[in-house]
Amino acid sequence: MKEERDYTQDLAEIRSMMERSSKFLSLSGWSGILAGLYALIGAYIASALFHFNPERMRPGNLESTGTASNLSEVIGLALVVLVLAVGTAVFLSHRKAGRKGETIWNATSRRLLTAMAVPLLTGGLLILILASNGLIGLMAPLTLLFYGLAIYSASRYTYEVMKYMGLIQIILGLLAVEFIEYGLLFWAAGFGLVHIIYGIYVYYRYER
Amino acid sequence: MKIDIDDLHKAFESRVRLGIMSALAVNDSLDFTFLKEYLEVTDGNLATHIKKLEQEDFIRVEKSFIDNKPNTRYHMTGKGKKAFNDHLKVLEQIINAKNKNK
Repeated sequence: MKEERDYTQDLAEIRSMMERSSKFLSLSGWSGILAGLYALIGAYIASALFHFNPERMRPGNLESTGTASNLSEVIGLALVVLVLAVGTAVFLSHRKAGRKGETIWNATSRRLLTAMAVPLLTGGLLILILASNGLIGLMAPLTLLFYGLAIYSASRYTYEVMKYMGLIQIILGLLAVEFIEYGLLFWAAGFGLVHIIYGIYVYYRYER
Repeated sequence: MKIDIDDLHKAFESRVRLGIMSALAVNDSLDFTFLKEYLEVTDGNLATHIKKLEQEDFIRVEKSFIDNKPNTRYHMTGKGKKAFNDHLKVLEQIINAKNKNK
């Protein structure tokens, strides 16, 4: 045969170009692992130091679905965990993208963030409205639910595995509504353990 | 079934053009700057390849202004999509045929 072009190589290159132009693949596995650790520490502080222990939901007695001796501290703590996790993710993605000669602010990352923004803002506002009405017991289940929805819909623009992480968070969120007295435990499982497992998976699958 | 390497469209011989089509196949539309950074080519080089694909009627240009700055976006035409998919199919057939002959 005369000059052989490597068509297998061609096809593989096309597929990779299609994927790279539509997916943001600079998310670092380490940011998942660290976010999980922050969440576990945060959940421990909320439970042990601030005595955040929502009670069981009872019909006609919705106002008392939660008691926290220091509600504003719990909310402050949640915000600190959030800022740390997001900050770590941005920093590590920036480093990873830099190594690949890419930037983190591009068409695919913008789409990823847009897909997450609507469910996250909706959930965040709902939680604030409920909390200001004393329904703080729903904070943990609702953060799981809306975060799960956000990353499920964002998974189209990044690693496939994020879709499954989203579904797991949604399931944990629903369970946490039913077993609201264990809300914080479900929250620690979802934001802590699931993130760590996800991070380890991404690290071994894509970064080693 | 006869597989002909001539079925591979000439427009896809160039890596840059194939890159433009690959990126546009999975995105509604993309702007010039994104394509330039993504394919790591110069303005002039990219413009030449884009013109070729435009002449084939594979992609279409939309010019608009964002904050008074010109913004040029490209999207794939139906014809372009079909040509690109056919190209992938022919590549797959060639590979399959080759594997069978081994």
